[in-house]
Parts: sequence; structure tokens; C-alpha cells
Amino acid sequence: MKMPDPDQSIVAKRDEIAEALREIVPGEGVILSDRELQVYESDGLTAYRQPPLMAVLPQTVEQVSQVLAYCHAEGIKVVPRGSGTSLSGGALPLADAILLCMGKFNKIVDVDYENRCAVVQPGVTNLGITKAVEGDGFYYAPDPSSQIACSIGGNVAENAGGVHCLKYGLTTNNLLGIEMVLIDGTVLRFGGKHLDSPGYDLLGLMTGSEGLLGVVTEVTVRILPQPETARALLLGFSSSESAGDCVAAIISDGIIPGGMEMMDKPAIKAAEAFVNAGYPLDVEALLIVELDGPQAEVDYLIDQVSAIAEKCDAITSRISQSEEERQLFWAGRKAAFPAVGRLTPDYYCMDGTIPRNKLPLVLKRMREMSEHYDLRVANVFHAGDGNLHPLIMYDANNPGELEKAEDFGSDILKLCVEVGGVLTGEHGVGVEKRDLMPEMFNEIDLKQQLRVKCAFDSKALLNPGKVFPELHRCAELGRMHIHKGKLPFPDIPRF
Amino acid sequence: MSHIKPENADQLEEAIKWALSEEESVEIIGSGSKQRLGRSVETSHQLDLSALTGITLYEPEELVLSARAGTPLVEIQEELIKNKQYMAFEPMDYGPLLKGEPDPGTLGGMISCNLSGPRRLKAGAARDHFLGFSGVSGRGETFKSGGRVVKNVTGYDLMKLMAGSYGTLAVMSDITIKVLPAPLKEKSYVLYGLTDEQANRAMSVALNSSCEVSSAAHIPQSISSKLPFEADGRSITVIRIEGYEPSIVYRADKLASLLIDFGTGTLITDGESRSVWQKVRDAAILSISQERSIWRVSLPPAQGSTFVESLKLEDQAEYYYDWAGGLIWLSLTDDGNASVLRDKLKGMGGHATLVRSVKTDDAGCPQHPLESGEHALMKRIKDNFDPKAILNPGRLYADL
Repeated sequence: MKMPDPDQSIVAKRDEIAEALREIVPGEGVILSDRELQVYESDGLTAYRQPPLMAVLPQTVEQVSQVLAYCHAEGIKVVPRGSGTSLSGGALPLADAILLCMGKFNKIVDVDYENRCAVVQPGVTNLGITKAVEGDGFYYAPDPSSQIACSIGGNVAENAGGVHCLKYGLTTNNLLGIEMVLIDGTVLRFGGKHLDSPGYDLLGLMTGSEGLLGVVTEVTVRILPQPETARALLLGFSSSESAGDCVAAIISDGIIPGGMEMMDKPAIKAAEAFVNAGYPLDVEALLIVELDGPQAEVDYLIDQVSAIAEKCDAITSRISQSEEERQLFWAGRKAAFPAVGRLTPDYYCMDGTIPRNKLPLVLKRMREMSEHYDLRVANVFHAGDGNLHPLIMYDANNPGELEKAEDFGSDILKLCVEVGGVLTGEHGVGVEKRDLMPEMFNEIDLKQQLRVKCAFDSKALLNPGKVFPELHRCAELGRMHIHKGKLPFPDIPRF
Repeated sequence: MSHIKPENADQLEEAIKWALSEEESVEIIGSGSKQRLGRSVETSHQLDLSALTGITLYEPEELVLSARAGTPLVEIQEELIKNKQYMAFEPMDYGPLLKGEPDPGTLGGMISCNLSGPRRLKAGAARDHFLGFSGVSGRGETFKSGGRVVKNVTGYDLMKLMAGSYGTLAVMSDITIKVLPAPLKEKSYVLYGLTDEQANRAMSVALNSSCEVSSAAHIPQSISSKLPFEADGRSITVIRIEGYEPSIVYRADKLASLLIDFGTGTLITDGESRSVWQKVRDAAILSISQERSIWRVSLPPAQGSTFVESLKLEDQAEYYYDWAGGLIWLSLTDDGNASVLRDKLKGMGGHATLVRSVKTDDAGCPQHPLESGEHALMKRIKDNFDPKAILNPGRLYADL
């Protein structure tokens, strides 16, 4: 993956830039030493490393605004960073860019139960929001696996998902408002505690824009009353096809579970060896179906889902009898990534989404690819919404194996697009899938997206090298070729 | 007046290329159901999408439906009902307000106006169920965004930008939405005789419980007689729960005990409940004579009654609350004082839209004015999609 060539004139001015930024963020807010910058050289996509020009840790919105305005005036690139847990390299630094670290924005500003929302700074962790309100019976619904560490600002940038988004939506469906700063330093607010806003939905546009449009400085999220209870079923199947059929049958019956996760045999074995969750080892596919809500509803649905599973030839079926047992069912799934990590020196986590009924085909083709590349793969799968997480196992110490794993990953994602799915369900495009964007979008599609970028950041200073395979100058993107009089327009009914 | 009616996506692109080459702007219409919504468009050409119809993909077990933009919503809803599914966001029908009769309009209109309904509290709006589209920008180029799967973060979420853009950025030809299993049963718990302030608190208690309330509305005594329901001259507070029979029976009991401080209510079920919510959804309980204006105010739900009280409304004014207080429909005997009304929202947040003006020509500034930085950014977005301002120019704001 090639990143944009560093602008050497910027690199040469490093000390001067640092001095100017220290005027804005005094004290230890500007980090220059190689040793300290090491912490920031990578995010969750550890295959790529690059120390930034410097790291800047502002503490106030005013400082963020001034830092960005300075960078805008001087033509200095900026990479925003929350907790650095992106799995797609969204926060990968650039040699000629300052890394704008939002970790000091870590306060809960306001919890408003009457309006069922919380106003928080972007560095607050995802789980931190739930922790702040759970004592009063509330929670924040989106729950990415990294929720203990990932920041809500990063969640906004990536439109983070989680295991419960089938029923409760992604980040974008759980936001009410944001405050953000444009690259020229302008501070804007979209939304608030009300449910909709006039004009274009810039809150929605910003969500999932991967740090290319602005820097989020405050977030208002919806909080929900905790469900009265939750119970889970653990269902084993002799094939991933029958597990897939069971998922389809549950949804066809009108049931939208709180969570519905699938694991294939390699993932089950790895997870069981790691956490002893009591998973059956003689099945090809395992489903965890969680039902949450009022007691009466959960009891009713557990019976419904049990009956459906039986019809779909589940060979094992267990229903959690206690909160501890429910947690145990999840423990294996939640530890699937590190569990696979124990089997292999390195693994590469993919994130395509497919129409659910294409699952058997995709799994079959993936097995063929696994043989072709001679690399093992374990699958965990948000079965309800078709979001696949194949974990490709490799050893980076073997020359060429990382590249082989990346090629394998690319082939999987191309397959996802081929069957009607998309490149990324919740991890973002970032650096990782940037060059695959033309698999999904043609040149016109991509140029229209880049024009959105032009409206926010015409000098392309925010997080360059991410999401888009090719940069075009905004002046070029703005040009139009109009052939006056050459469109006779004969075929369209007019009256 | 020229009237251009493309029959397929290629002709749509051709039509917009023509408009661009002639620098002629076009007003985009589907069924025309919401033509009076927003500012009027000054142009002599109509781009009529009503021939772009038909459901192109519907896979109930995948919870996905695609159709051409001009497809009547009625057609889509009929298909969904056959499969016990629905659009969870409950798109309102502006027909009763704008035309005096039901007219749900088209799929394209629903998305372009980002419609929603009383279930917005739980299910969001059209924007939250809009998975992908293909359309033609004001540059005369056909482009697409999104896809047919729910979980998708590939590239910018242009669906959000299109939803609620009133056709000012691009003209969609094909639209894909998420659909969901329809709840089997519904009940509404009805409380009587509460003041606005009491009702606001009662709705908050209900929403903050684990009863999974999907809608909450309060209709003051002055107009409660317009509900298809015996209100006995009292105000009505309605709280809706939906789902499986054993679950809603259980939740209804729980709600009654949680709300005991607000009196003892009654339950209405299924058809009766649905007809109440349909009236609430479509604002069909307000007087809509030509001499009356209609305002739609969106604000933090808990501030609803405080806001209304601050307006010191005249006796003839009519209003009610949806979204647990977060949406107020207001009918006045003149256009009201827009700046006073909007000033009252300062500090609490929210916005007020003049949906219908007493003046027949132009509604003045129907949308809430934007902050200058936000407005400038929206204008830059408009310029990047529609540089010659040929698509519905001025529909949202004078320059958008």
C-alpha cells in the first residue's frame, strides 16, 4: 500500500511548526521525541507503521480550531486520532502530517435522562458512556468489540457497529448531534437533543467519514433504558448451510434478535480452547442467538427460536439459564480474535458484508481460496446482518506471507462485492481497503464522493491517503463538459 | 410549461443533461403529493418521475426492497403487507395537510423529504432505513452510493445527504431500503385529562421504562374530539406498545402501574389504536382551512410543554405533541410571528418549519434559518452536486 509521498518542505520545517503549535497548545501538548512518538506509529492495523511529523494533544475546542486553522493556512496535513483502535488504518500517521490526538477530551459533559441522551467529549470510550449511565438503568447501544478502548469520536468517524446493531442500529442511528471543527478552524454544530434538523443531514454525512471531513469535538448520543432481561441460545449445526438456513428462518418468522452471531469450526475450536465456554466441538457451525427485552417477550421468543432451530436440524441446543451462563456463551465469541491469535503468529481480520443468503457460496469459495493461498482462515460472522469477519492466519516472519494474506483478503472482499455485498461493514475503508474502492464504485461514483470532500476540505489536508485510491484536485473535479445543442433529446415523452 | 417524463434511468440522465446544456432549471415531481412543501420552485420545466415505477427487488428474508423512485408508496406497502413486513419508520402522509385528502406519494418523495412518523422515537426516520441509491447529479452524471446490505461503511454515506435534500442535489432513479417484520399486535395505553406539563412528564416516564414504548403523543382537550376515539371532552395522552401478544399484555400492565400517579387509563387495541396513530402521524387532527397556517416544531422532547406555554397561544390556536413532546404540530389563524417562535427555541435547541402558509403564493422562509457557517457548507455541497443550480433551485432555502 503506497501512501502519498511526504512533502519534504513540510518535514524540513518541523521545528518551526512545533514552535507555532506550542503557542496554541502549551506545555506537553506537542510531542516530538522519537521515543514518545513510537506509541502513535500504528493503530489497530498493525501491519502498517509510520511515526507522525509530531503529535498534538489539544485540550479545548478553541485549541483544536486554532491548530486546524494554522495547518490550513500553512498547508500542513492533519491525521485525527481517537484511541487508535481502527482496524483499517484510519489513524495511520503520515511522515509529513501532524497527528491530532483527541484523548484529552475525556469528559462526560451532560447526562439528560429526561431527553434520553448524553453529551460527551469525543475521547470518552464507548463503554465509558454506558458506565456513566448504567447505574440509572440506561446504556449506549452500539457495542464494537473494542468498546473498552475505542473512543466515541472514533466511533462517529468510522460509524462503528457491534453485535447488537441488527436490532439497535449502528452509530449513525444512535447519534443526535455533534460539534465539529472544519479544517479552516470553523466550529459547527449539527443536531442537538432534538430528533431531526433542517437542511442537509450533515450529522449523517459526517458519521463514517473516516476523519476526512472534520474533527469531532463533542457528541450527543441517544441512551436507551436497559432491557429488562436477556437470554441466549447456543445452537450447533452440522453445516454452515443449515446454520444459515436457521438464521433466515428466524428472521422470516418476524423475529429480530438482539444479537445473532455465527462461528465456523476453526473459530469454535480456537475459542473453546481459549475460554472453555462449553462450545460443542463436533459441529461445523455455531449460532449464538440473543433475545432481549421484557421478561415475557424473551421467554416467548426463546421458545419460538428453539422450535425453529429444531426444524432447521440443530444438532445441539442450549438455553442460558442464568446471566452467568449467557455471559459464558458470549465469552467465546468475544474472545474469538485473541483466541485465533493464539493459533498463529499473526492474523488479518477482514470485514465484508454480503446478502445473508450468499453465505454458503461465500464460505465454499473461501475454503477454496484458503487452499489456494495455503493459509488457514477462521470465520466469525454477524449472521443477522451479513457482516463477515474472516480471520486469515499467517506468519509475518515468513517472507511474502503478509502479502499473500493481503491478497487472500482482497479476494474475499472482491467476492463480497461480486455477490452483491460491500467491502466493509463496520471497520472502515481506511488505508487497508482504499485500493479496492474501484471494485465497488466506478470513476463517476468516486469523483462525486470526492466532491463532498471538496466542500469540506478543498486542499485535501485532512487524513489524506485514506479511503480514496486517487486524489483529484478540487478545481479539476469542479469542471464540467457541457455540449450545448448536442442533445436532441428525441425519445423522452414531453407534453 | 414543459413537462418531461423520462421512462427509464437513461432518459432521466438525458433529460438532466439537456437541462444543464440549456441552463434551464427543473422542478422534480413524483406524484405531486408534497409539491406545496418547502419553498416554491421558480421554473418553467417539470421533471416528472411518475413513469419510473416498479419494485425491482424484494427479498423478505433479507429484509431488503429496491424500487424505482416514482413507485407509489401504496404499491410498496401492499407488497410488504403480503409478507407481514413494513417500513418501521412509518412515513407520514402529507396529503391531509397539504391537499385535504390522503396521498402518500412516491418512494422518491418519501426519501427526499426524509419522512417519519410517531414511531420515530424507536425506529428513526427514512434516513435510518435507506441503504442505497442510483441517481443523476446536477452535473448530468449518473452515480450510485451504498448498496443492498444494512451494514455498510464503504465510502461516504451519501444516503444521509440525499434523505431530506428535497431533490436539490441529485435526482434518484433507484432506491433500496431496509424493511422489517411488522409487529403482530399493538396496544395503546390512554390517559385522560392530563395538562400538557403532566403529559410531558408521563410520556417521559413511559419512554424511560423498559416497556419498549414505540410512540407517545398528547392531544389537548381542545382538539381531542377529532380523534377517532371517545375522549369525553378531555385531553388524551396515548402511549403505544407493539410486538407479540404475551409481551404487550405484560408491558401494558407494567405501564399502568408505572403511570399510576397520572391516573388510571384504558387500553385500545390493534385497529382502534392504529387509526389513532394514523391521525397523529398525518397531523390530520388539526384544522386545515385556507385561513390557517401549519407549523411543525422539532425540539428536545422534555421541553415540549415549556415551549408551548412560552408561546402564549391565542384561543383559536390548535396544537398537539408527538415524539413524547419532541414534535409539536401547530395550527394558527395567521402565519404567526416566525422570529418570535424561533427565538423561543434558542437555548433549548430545535427548529420550526412553516409547513403551510395562509398566503397562497409563497411561504416566505418555511425552513428554520441556518447558522452562517453551516449554511455556507451546505451551499458548497449543493455547488458540488448541482453547480448550475438546475435541480429544484430554492426549494430548501433561497440558494439551496
